[in-house]
Amino acid sequence: MPTQTIYTLIKQLLKKKTTNPFPVKYTPDNMHDAQELIEEGKLEINPPVEVPPGFRGKLKYDKESCIGCQLCVKVCPSEALVFTEERKVRHYVTRCTFCGQCVDICPTDSFEFTDEFLMAGPEKLYDDLVLNP
Amino acid sequence: MNGENGAEETTYEVPIGPIHPALKEPFLIKFRLDGEEIVDAEPHPGMNHRGIEFMGMHRNPMEVIPLSERICGICSIVHQHMFTTATEHALQIEPTNRARYIRTIMCELERIHSHILWAGVAAHEIGFDTHLHLTWKIREKVMDLLEYIAGNRVNYSMWTFGGVRRDITEEMHPKISETLEYYEKTYDKLENIFLKDPSIKMRTKDVGILSKKKALELCGVGPTVRASGVKKDVRIDQPYAAYGDIDIDYVIPSRYGFEDKGDVFSKTVVRLKELLQSIDIIKQCVAQMPEGEITSEPKKAALFNKLEKKDGEGIGRIEAPRGEAIHYVRLSEGREDIDNWKIRASTYNNLPTYAPMFMGEQIADIPIIAASIDPCIGCMDRAEIVDIRSGETETYAREELHELSVEKTKKLKEEGI
Repeated sequence: MPTQTIYTLIKQLLKKKTTNPFPVKYTPDNMHDAQELIEEGKLEINPPVEVPPGFRGKLKYDKESCIGCQLCVKVCPSEALVFTEERKVRHYVTRCTFCGQCVDICPTDSFEFTDEFLMAGPEKLYDDLVLNP
Repeated sequence: MNGENGAEETTYEVPIGPIHPALKEPFLIKFRLDGEEIVDAEPHPGMNHRGIEFMGMHRNPMEVIPLSERICGICSIVHQHMFTTATEHALQIEPTNRARYIRTIMCELERIHSHILWAGVAAHEIGFDTHLHLTWKIREKVMDLLEYIAGNRVNYSMWTFGGVRRDITEEMHPKISETLEYYEKTYDKLENIFLKDPSIKMRTKDVGILSKKKALELCGVGPTVRASGVKKDVRIDQPYAAYGDIDIDYVIPSRYGFEDKGDVFSKTVVRLKELLQSIDIIKQCVAQMPEGEITSEPKKAALFNKLEKKDGEGIGRIEAPRGEAIHYVRLSEGREDIDNWKIRASTYNNLPTYAPMFMGEQIADIPIIAASIDPCIGCMDRAEIVDIRSGETETYAREELHELSVEKTKKLKEEGI
């Protein structure tokens, strides 16, 4: 039994880690300073995990090709899509469940999934969190 | 229970909840005790009514597909499949053959994920957290594969009326076979831990016995009753998706040289052997998969109109990782929303089996027995315990019970060695 334990331990040391690393090893004291350092290129961060093909990330909306048929509004389960007065669609990213039914049903393919998954913001209606505001 | 000042006090708590975000039927069990021994157990379901059926009845069927998979955090495919097949039944449309095979593969991948997760939880309940981390690490592989196929790690959004939304193409086959090989290799490790380790055997053998007679009487489903030797499996009894074309047999412990006892150990055997069965089914499906369209209703807008104009009702059945479950759907003409939607998940059937399983066991065995039916609920969040000698009522929190269970393992280990 002890030999098996030692064998397993050595094997574990040589193996690649199963979990994904954090962006930085320790939490920086000041987030703003750290962000500046990253922008200046002085602090290296571990890149985010690669997404698989066909990943359901943030939606991309093409306003020009939209014909205002409202089918996407009807199939959206979480009311993330709202029909606007200019006969286009407004998308609230924070309400989206990424089921992709709007992508499937759109007759003009105005919706598209992207690989973007970093979608945090300080408030619900922050900058990029509403498409076609 | 003694209060802070050391004086005797009787506590009475009205448990509100237990609430768990992933679960459909949180409940409470009332135990009557004679000393350490349980003389009566009474499950009380209905602690957290989320009103999902009601929500569904105010939405159109297309909106309900993503809602239905959020009924359960682990078997989202199961509920999605049942809802879609029930609606297909009502609409009288058939999924394409290729879609049937893709559905089968996804269902079995989810079974692998669910059973490994259960093994980890069971190990945790008896105090082997190393095994919890080990099994959950093993489970990551199948989650990655599911993400690779469906685009999501959980809540896959794969189903649609008449088929599936994403195809399993030739390029995906190497990754699938690689994952299956990994599970074939790691299976021995899991068997070594759960079926051969003496400490785990001590805690699981002859604990929480459900006899074959009781299993039949109480209409339990899934691995819970298969462990007692009852041959019951929807995949074989009434095949759905592509199970009719596939070579499968009932997984009962006596097929593998174990006893059909119905204790926690037999349930572990059934779940582990079902892992091998699932791997086999996926291999058969990948080999036999026919060419063709993945959905019989490619025009979504036309399908949407069809849904509005159709009158009818339908039923969808499935063998979920926990046992048989059923959805009932009724659609009526001229109404965009669903008329009626009824869900019966497998844990609901397995709840009554608690009564004979708990009888005569100790408080420290409660967590592992409760976990043995793989309840889809944060079941032991709060349990009320009544001492029949003094009539006192105590409420045990989950942590306290877990502590007791871990202590029992330690004690048994010391005694055993």
